[in-house]
Parts: sequence; C-alpha cells; structure tokens
Amino acid sequence: MQKLKKALGKISATVALAATAFGMTSPAMSAEDVIKVGVLHSLSGTMAISETTLKDSVLMLVDDLNKKGGLLGKKVEAVVVDPASNWPLFAEKARELIEVEKVDVVFGCWTSVSRKSVLPVFEELNSMLFYPVQYEGEESSRNVFYTGAAPNQQAIPAVEYLMSEDGGSVERWVLAGTDYVYPRTTNKILEAFLKSKGVAEEDIMINYTPFGHSDWQTIVSDIKKFGSAGKKTAVVSTINGDANVPFYKELANQGIKAEDIPVVAFSVGEEELAGLDTKPLVGHLAAWNYFMSVESEENAAFIKKWKAFIGDEKRVTNDPMEATYIGFNMWVQAVKQAGTTDIDAVRQAMYGQEVKNLTGGMAVMNTNHHLSKPVLIGEIQENGQIETVWNTDGVVKGDAWSDFIPESAKLTADWTYPFVCGGCEKPMY
Amino acid sequence: MKIIKKAILLLSTLTCLVLTGATLGAASELYDVTQELNTKSYSKKAKVVAKIAETGDEQAADILRALMAGDLFARKSDKIIVLAEKQPDGGYALIAPGTGAALGTAKKSDLSKVKINNRVRNAIKAALGGLDLNHPDPAKRLAAADAVFKSLDDDMLPLLEARLKTEENDKVKSAFEQTIAALYLNADVDFAAKVSALHTLKESGGPEVKSFLSRYLAELPEEEAELRSQVAEILDAVERRLSNFALVENLFQGLSLGSVLLLAAIGLAITFGVMGVINMAHGEMVMIGAYTTYVIQEICRTSFPAGLEYSLIVAIPAAFVVAGFFGVLLEKSVIRFLYGRPLETLLATWGVSLILQQFVRTIFGPTNKEVSAPSWLSGAWEVTSGLSLTYNRIAIIIFALCVLFALMLVLKKTLFGLQMRAVTQNRQMARSMGVESATVDSLTFGLGSGIAGMAGVALSQIDNVSPNLGQAYIIDSFMVVVFGGVGNLWGTLVGAGSLGIVNKFLEPYSGAVLAKILVLVAIILFIQKRPRGLFALKGRSVEG
Repeated sequence: MQKLKKALGKISATVALAATAFGMTSPAMSAEDVIKVGVLHSLSGTMAISETTLKDSVLMLVDDLNKKGGLLGKKVEAVVVDPASNWPLFAEKARELIEVEKVDVVFGCWTSVSRKSVLPVFEELNSMLFYPVQYEGEESSRNVFYTGAAPNQQAIPAVEYLMSEDGGSVERWVLAGTDYVYPRTTNKILEAFLKSKGVAEEDIMINYTPFGHSDWQTIVSDIKKFGSAGKKTAVVSTINGDANVPFYKELANQGIKAEDIPVVAFSVGEEELAGLDTKPLVGHLAAWNYFMSVESEENAAFIKKWKAFIGDEKRVTNDPMEATYIGFNMWVQAVKQAGTTDIDAVRQAMYGQEVKNLTGGMAVMNTNHHLSKPVLIGEIQENGQIETVWNTDGVVKGDAWSDFIPESAKLTADWTYPFVCGGCEKPMY
Repeated sequence: MKIIKKAILLLSTLTCLVLTGATLGAASELYDVTQELNTKSYSKKAKVVAKIAETGDEQAADILRALMAGDLFARKSDKIIVLAEKQPDGGYALIAPGTGAALGTAKKSDLSKVKINNRVRNAIKAALGGLDLNHPDPAKRLAAADAVFKSLDDDMLPLLEARLKTEENDKVKSAFEQTIAALYLNADVDFAAKVSALHTLKESGGPEVKSFLSRYLAELPEEEAELRSQVAEILDAVERRLSNFALVENLFQGLSLGSVLLLAAIGLAITFGVMGVINMAHGEMVMIGAYTTYVIQEICRTSFPAGLEYSLIVAIPAAFVVAGFFGVLLEKSVIRFLYGRPLETLLATWGVSLILQQFVRTIFGPTNKEVSAPSWLSGAWEVTSGLSLTYNRIAIIIFALCVLFALMLVLKKTLFGLQMRAVTQNRQMARSMGVESATVDSLTFGLGSGIAGMAGVALSQIDNVSPNLGQAYIIDSFMVVVFGGVGNLWGTLVGAGSLGIVNKFLEPYSGAVLAKILVLVAIILFIQKRPRGLFALKGRSVEG
C-alpha cells in the first residue's frame, strides 16, 4: 500500500512529462522570404476534439493564400505546435513560437484559461494573438484580437429572444454551466441582466458542474422540477466541451422537449452535435454569429473548400472556424495595407479593417480589439444542423466590458488616442 | 388601334388572373389561409396555424405536418407558399397547398423554407391535438391528449368526453381524464364539479399537473376563497407525492451511477486488484470497447440495416474480444517485464494510454462519434405519473450485475479461474504444480481488459465516444477498487454502489462540484482508517 501511495503521488509528474513529450514541433526553417504564422491549438488531450478543427482551418487558409501568390510576395508558412490541452504548456509553446520560430502572428487558444495563460507572454514579447472563440469578456489586451463573440454578442441577445413573445415569453431561468471562468462570468452578467429586467431571485437557478461531467441524472431531474412551477422555463447552458453529449442524451431520455423547456447553449455548435442523435433535440437552441446552414455565397464557397481540404464530405463547419476565417483575412489585409509584418504597424492597420464574414455581411475590427458581428439564434434540426430562427437587424459591436456588471460598466477599452488602454475610466493622454 | 389592342390584351390578362384567383379561392379556403404563413413573425405564424386547423379542411392536418417537417416553402419569384416534394434528380416538385394543383418544379435555390420555432411547433401540436384524438395509434392519442392539456382548448371537451367512453388503453384513458378535469376547472361549472375535477388531477399528479395547478392558483381571483383553499390543498398533496418520488428517483440515480462505476471498475478489480498491476491504460480499454461498438454499428448501418437495433448486443462479445486482444498484447509486450516494479508499470502503462489515445485519434479523427441508442433503450419507463426511470440506466444496472456475476462464476467454477487464483496467491507453488504461470498472467490481463471493453459498450450509450472517454473513468475506477478493498469483487460491488448513492444524495444539497470533493475527502479519511479498504483480504496474498 505504501508503494502504491507513493506511486500515485508521482502521477501528476508523469502527466506533465508525457505531455511535453507529445508536444511535437515542426522543424524550424529560416528562409528569408517566408512569413511565419504560428498555430497554437491543442492537438491532443481534452480540447483536441474542438481545437484540431481550428488548426486545420488555419492550414487551409494558409494553403489558399499561397495558391493566390502568398503575401507581400513571400510564401506564408504555418508553424504548428501542440500545447496538449495543458494550460502552462500553452505559455511555453507561445514563447517558443515567438522567440525560437520568430512567427509574425499567432492564431490559437480555445479555453479562457489557456488565453489567460499566454497573455503575459504576448504582452512581454509584444507579439500578436488572434483568439477565435466566444468568451466571457472583461478583458482587452493590446496584443490580442478577439474575433469570437463577447457576451453582448451572444448571451444577452439569446436571453432577450427567449423573453420575447416569439421566443416563448420565458419567465424562469436555469443557468447551468461548467465550473470555470467563462460560465461563471457569463452567468454573473446574465444574472445581473435578468434582475434588471425584473426577474425575481427565486426564478433563477444557477448550477455548476465539473469539466467532463457525465452523470446528469440529478441535474436534469432538478431542471424538470424547477420547470414545473407554472411559469415558462428555459435553460441557459454554458456547459462546455465533452460534457454536452451526456447532458443532451439525458435530456432526451427524461423526455424534456424543447417546446416545454428549451435549452439555449453558447458552446454547442455543429461540431459538438456531430456526435449526437439529434432527433429528440429538435428545437433546442444555440446562439452564435455563424451557422453552417446560413445561405450566402461566401458560406457555400467556404464549406466547399473546407470539405475538399479535409477530404470528408461529412465534416461540418462552425462559428469558431468563421472567427478564424475573419481573423486571418483581416490580418492579411492589414499586412498588405501596412506593407510589413511589423507588429505595431499591423496593429494600427487592423483598426477599422473590414472583411466579408460568411453570413453575407461585413465584419469590422473596433479599437477595443473586438469585432462587430451579427448575432444569430438557431434551433437544432433533425439533420444535426442549426437553423436560424432569429437574427439581429445589423451588426452588434463587441463590448469588452459588460454594462451589467457595475464595476465594469465604468471601464472603456480603446487602444487609440486618447484612451490607449484596455480598461480604464479616463483617457490616458 | 395599337392602344385598343394593348387594352384588350391587358383586360384579358386581368380577367385571366382574376379567374384563376377565383377558382383557386373557390377550391380552397385552406389555400388562402396557408398563404398567410408568408411572414417573419412567429406569433403571426402561430395564429395562422390555428386558422388552418379551423378551416376544417381534410387536408389541414397534412399541411400542418408538412410545416412541422419543413416541407412548406415560399417560392422566391412570387412569394407563394407551396408544398415541395423532393425529386430523385435533386429538384423539387411544387404543389399548391389545399388545392393539390401542380405548380411545376423548382431548384432548391428558388425556394426558401417556411421557418418554424418552438412557439409555432407548440401551436402545430395543439392544432394537431384536436385532429389526432381519434387516431388509431394510442401513442398519437396520448400525444394529442397532452397537447390539449397544454393548450387548454375548451372546444375539445365534448370530443374528449365522447372519446373517453370508448377508450380502452389505460394510459390514454387516464390522460383523457386528466385533460378533461383540467378543462372542467376552467369551464363554467359548479363548485362540486370543480372539486371532483381537482381530485381526478390529484390521482394522476405528475409534474405537469403541478405546473398547471400552480398557474391556476395564481390566476384564480381572490373572491373564490373556498376553491382557492381546495386547490392549494390538492397542490400541496401533489407536491408531497412528487417529493416522495424524488427520493425514489434519487436512489435509482445513485444505483445507476454506482453501476457505471462498477462496470468501469470490475476490469480493474482483476488487473489491479487480483494481479496487482497499476494499469493506467485501463480507461483506454474502455474506450476501445466504445469504438468497437461504433464500428459494429457502422457496419450494421451499411450492410444490415435491419439488424441496427441489435448491433449493441453483437458489440458486447466483439468489444470483449478486441479489448481483450489489446490487453494480452499489452501484457506480452510491456507489463510482463515489469512485474513487481509498480512505479515503472505505472509510468509505462500511462505512456501506453497516451499512445492508444493518439492512435484512435489518428484513425477515427478527434471528433465525437455517434453511437445511436436503439429504440428499446431510448426514453423512460413511466412507473406511475411523476416517477419515470430511463431505460438505458435500467439496462446498465442489469448489465453491470450480469458481468459481475459471470466473472465470479469464471473465477470460482472454472479451471482457468482456479489457476488464476493459484498464481496470484502463490506463484512459486502454482508453477511447481504445473501451472503455466506466464500464460495465465496474460490471459488474466486479457480478461480484465476484455471486461473493460464491455463496459465501453455500455458507456457508449450515456457518454461521449471520443479518444478521451477512458480518462474520465480511470480515477473513479481506482477509487472504487481501493475503497472496496483490493482483490475483492464483493468489495468492488459494495464500493461502487455506496459511492454512487452517497454522491447522488449529496448532489442536490451541495452541487455536483462539491459533492465530488466531499466524496473524495471522505474516501481519503476512510483509507487512513482502513488502508485495505472495506473488505480487506487476509493471508499470504496481501504481502504479494
């Protein structure tokens, strides 16, 4: 037993070792006429399921750019590293990309904790990160461009839709999430928002579960009970990653239908639904800035290109892929405009940069490093696609600091004169 | 002249237009109403749905079903709502709703689907509810009664009462009674009738009744104090009943979690418990079992679609064989050289687990794979209204117990089991009695891994089929085996069961995160007190 205890104690050390061993890097090539793009997405471990797709998206975009003759007359080369879903390793790999590989820009990260881990590295070495995933806001770094949705581009509109007559006039809310920074912050914002709309304390139920939670019986029956109090009830889910599949399976088996208690999710897209039988889930909702089912020329072309690149007719596209697409194209435009890959020059050129998004409009980069994008609310269909049932008329500007958290409402993020800060009450200059 | 000609032409076209309009109109009021679906507002669409049902047209139900299924489209050129049928060549044949007139064909890009959302879906279900009350299929009648219960459409009352007299299916009958009672409460009837309706509701008393009564109570005017107190009393009774059920449900959920833990841990009880190998790749054997299930199901889907429902049953032995094979391979190639060196074994098997994960990721891709549930494992068994147990969980409990007892039989009643126990208890002595200890070792390891593979079949029904599947269960499995007592199958059973139940009873009070932490702390304290777990083995094997 003594031996066993000792042995178990060593496990954590082993994890770190093995993970490092698995983080392979491609050999460095230092040709003068190459522009290097870093790709910092987990290719092994828990997050590989989501992040591998984004790595492939960047590779496809780079490939496409090279076919069109490269950038500034140079060939673009993607440098792929694997941070293996290990948050501290993200920081090490970021440093390696910037200092050893000397990349000009990095596309990467998924979870907020990985972004928080690399943030000091990018700020210290003054490099540039494009972060393509919806997140909790409350941040604006000079060295990060956030191309995913901020809470006001996803969570708030989704809740407003459910409150409306069309959405079912919901009065009672379950806020269910995985226990980490994104759901906790989003729920804090949503709770403040709901209360400002006159929802009573007892009509809000908040529930957190660990990462990868697989036994949802109790929580789903609690939701059922909470929903039988005579008021229309909805679930706002910030449940992340792997835990979603067993959650939806349990919902279906316990017979919770979308018409009775709809679930609106912020982390469930086409990719997550691919592992599920969606017939019992028709009508549950998702809020994003892009759905694969959107009909537009750009989207049709993008899907065609993606399927050809990946060599699989069944592969789906999703919102973080669109965010990667927008971020990459914006960076290319900014580099062309600046005529150099110098970080400071490109950053200046990024402000106000416009590229076509995939839903038939224009995405604009604001001076708070967040995008203006349309917000779409969709319902899950039998074929695993999500179909838009509601969308904003125009684009919504991403808010770095939420208006519904008193301390944050005062802050402004603006990286141009006179503010030049990521979160301050008064201009710096 | 030209002007007159033009005028005549114009006139004739106009008449033509008016005429066609008139004939269409005369043929079908339904057609006109359906055209009103051409709006963006879902509230309006919901109203149109009710109007469609009110036309009383025979085809109204078909149109509503088409709307539900997404077969109604707006033609982009003239904004006419049409029924579209997909043709083998990929195009669509258009039919005018209500009249049935053919409107030619169109490409998908010429059409835009009439979108519906939950609100419209509810309206369709309510409308179809009225139309489906006489449906020959009892499940449809049940759904219809539920739809009326939700919409509380009092026009349905006479129809329901007439139908109730001839209804033979008990379940449908009680649904009808419940719906009629709810309608009575809203209708203009005397106090006694309302009270008797309330008692009918108390009988059926599920969560939907609780929901209805609390809404009813909230809307009831203050003047009707007597009725109010009656309703409050019944609501209280329903709530009490439901909370009693919640206790039963909680117990079931605990058992179910316990059975999942048991399944994941039985294999480990052999490799770790009996052989003493700290096998970190155990979770990956579970994963391999789940992927075997996926492959078998895909083969069934493409080659024998008729057998799809039973692919899971075929997958059980297949997963055992595949995972068992990987187990024997692992024993022969790695573990054999590391007996008696637990730390090295731990590191090596951890490495193997990473290799296996990446291996699966390379072959099947990083995304989740869908293993669909056969219909006999979907849904829930409604014991009485308000208490339902999901089929897949029941099946897993039974399956886990079957696997445990089968394994016990193998250990106690077969020659292989005897040799296995002999080798683990005293290797030297067993060898001198002529037992091929090396072969027994690899077969034992194969057996443990094979059982893990079977656990994978069950887990594919409730969890993700992804390369990470195994990681989620490895810690829990070790916890169960250590807690239950290393080397004792009964201990594994009791350990898994009690961990599951304790976890599920803590969860409603403390939340899922804290419940897990509390259980972990409790186990650590317990191990301090009884380092050998619940059922400690005594004797020589303990030293080994």
